Amino acid sequence: MDLAYTDEEEEFRARLRKWLARALPTLGPKPPPGDWPGRRAYDTGWQRRLYDAGYGDVHWGASPTTRLIFLEETERAGAPYVGANFVGLLHAGPTIAAEGTAAQRERWLTPVLRGDEVWCQGFSEPGAGSDLAALRTRAVRDGDTYVVSGSKIWTSHAEVADWCELLVRTEPVSAEVPRHRGITWLAMPMDTPGITVRPLRTLAGSTEFAEMFLDDVRVPVGNRVGEENDGWRVTMVTLSFERGTAFVGEVVACRRVLGELAAHARGTGRWDDAVLRRELGCLAAEFGALWRLIQRNVSEAQAAGGVPGVGGSVFKLRYSHARQRLYDVAARVLGGAGALDVGQQWTLDRLSSLSYTIAAGTSQIQRDIVAERILGLPRGK
Amino acid sequence: MDFRLSAEQRALRDGTRKLLEGRFGRQALRAAVDGDVGGVGGGGVGRGGRVGGGGCIDRALWRELGAAGLFGLCLPEAEGGVGLGLAEAVLVFEECGRALVPGPFVATVLAAGEVPGAARGETVVTAPFGGLVPWLDAADVVRGDVAGAVALDSVDPLTPLHRLPAGASAPAPVPRTATLLYAAEQLGSAGRTLEMAVQHAREREQFGRPIGAFQAVKHLCAQMLVRVEVARAAVYAAAVTGDPDETAAAKLLADEAAVQGARDCLQVHGGMGFTWEADVHLHLKRAWVRAELSGERGEAEERLAATL
Repeated sequence: MDLAYTDEEEEFRARLRKWLARALPTLGPKPPPGDWPGRRAYDTGWQRRLYDAGYGDVHWGASPTTRLIFLEETERAGAPYVGANFVGLLHAGPTIAAEGTAAQRERWLTPVLRGDEVWCQGFSEPGAGSDLAALRTRAVRDGDTYVVSGSKIWTSHAEVADWCELLVRTEPVSAEVPRHRGITWLAMPMDTPGITVRPLRTLAGSTEFAEMFLDDVRVPVGNRVGEENDGWRVTMVTLSFERGTAFVGEVVACRRVLGELAAHARGTGRWDDAVLRRELGCLAAEFGALWRLIQRNVSEAQAAGGVPGVGGSVFKLRYSHARQRLYDVAARVLGGAGALDVGQQWTLDRLSSLSYTIAAGTSQIQRDIVAERILGLPRGK
Repeated sequence: MDFRLSAEQRALRDGTRKLLEGRFGRQALRAAVDGDVGGVGGGGVGRGGRVGGGGCIDRALWRELGAAGLFGLCLPEAEGGVGLGLAEAVLVFEECGRALVPGPFVATVLAAGEVPGAARGETVVTAPFGGLVPWLDAADVVRGDVAGAVALDSVDPLTPLHRLPAGASAPAPVPRTATLLYAAEQLGSAGRTLEMAVQHAREREQFGRPIGAFQAVKHLCAQMLVRVEVARAAVYAAAVTGDPDETAAAKLLADEAAVQGARDCLQVHGGMGFTWEADVHLHLKRAWVRAELSGERGEAEERLAATL
């Protein structure tokens, strides 16, 4: 049990801090949420700065501990988050790095690291959410192309993406082909004819993701990563990355928000409410422990050669709930009118927090994972 | 940074578990609970399960644990201790909580090096914590002012309790190490009730399948594990840093894991969980006692709020 960082790690932290202090003041203003081209340019521009400074591949090349320090320090300094680069850096990129051919890695990885190309994710479908293997988007082989038809949903950054990591069914489910077989992973260029993107408005009022309709979209067979019908296994590689260190920056941010809530409560007199004050104390315990849990998961991932374990599900279950609790308490700190005013950032964040127990595996699915894979309880039907 | 247990720490944990399983296994636990309880054991239950003659310390066990170094863990070797750190003490106390070993361990460990014989397990020491005194009648030495302490009918059949008189000066703050060691015991108890719940959910069949195949039961167990792992991160971190605020956080999260874990374990056991015969209630009752002995919850919350 050692929580001290090595000299090398501390040196990395100090160097990064110094660089951030120089780089961040030269960054332009953050574009408004509705300005998708502006957001893309802002996020990819920042990724290019990181690449030029030697931090471009920190999500893949660095050790889990180095990545932890990177995410901690960039959040502390108020640097942009991965944003539009999310799928490229944290989903598609790691999948291609692990499963792609040399030519595929050459073609797709560097543009992601340089912030030249943006990826989106075409996994979920209207009929395949938690039950992803129920996906029905069809791909039929026609010479050296796949002809793809179907629809995808919850596709973030679809409006501005160059590529889509797409899951398609290449073999219909039958007595011989179980559901998890017959799925194939494709890289689909987003400028191919036959793709229609329709933005979806969230309950927070923003258009954070989209529906995508595919109508005889022709994708070269050379864009397939992994074998035909082996896409489920290829996908599981991606999902384990998503549940690794994805929330490090957010926990740092939540701890900062907690401090801001306390300062606000002290300023308005709400701090005199012992019930509210103690609830803030409980949240301090909660987010402190979540940080320690991240450090433990990172220690385990580091020992396992960088592969994140099921500890990510344990973390996500607690964190998503804690985040919702944080913004419920924020509403109490703001008081009646403030809690109803979406002009208040905390009120908007409260609305956004509602997605956390659903996105990237609902809490119910995570509990199944924990119960079956960690505790060894029998699979139910 | 490597927050995992070292090989030595794993060996210490495993060795302690083995020692306690051999010396204070389930039979010994049940004998301690039922054997000495006049007219209560096995048959009718007294009010909440009162202690009859159960207020005795097993001196042979106590000396054996002393010889194994349990009480002198953190005492330098030159003073007859083992010379280990708080992290190791926490691992050992986690095992004590898991096994539900009865006795004022926390007070005795704190007294090691100051009270002759405490480190070797020859002297049983108690002290008031948070207005309560555990094992007052059985202890050889009492550290602290317990004048006017009144016996109460302890809810935990294996922890006799006295309460300090109301209106006396406010109880002294619970020492940070005591809070941490109680939190470690809570963690061990929470881990044990999780195991018990999972084992029962795998074996007990209803509607033609193990009840653990039903999501309603499965998800209770998953939430128990989440609470255990969050508490574990908090308790271990507090042991490594020695930070008083992290210790307060560890107390809150470990109390939650132990108390709610025991209640969920009881629920998973169904009707059997409500019986005297099942061990679940022993974990729940001890968890309630530890949550009080390790300091007032509101104080811990206020301490953490003040850090914001």
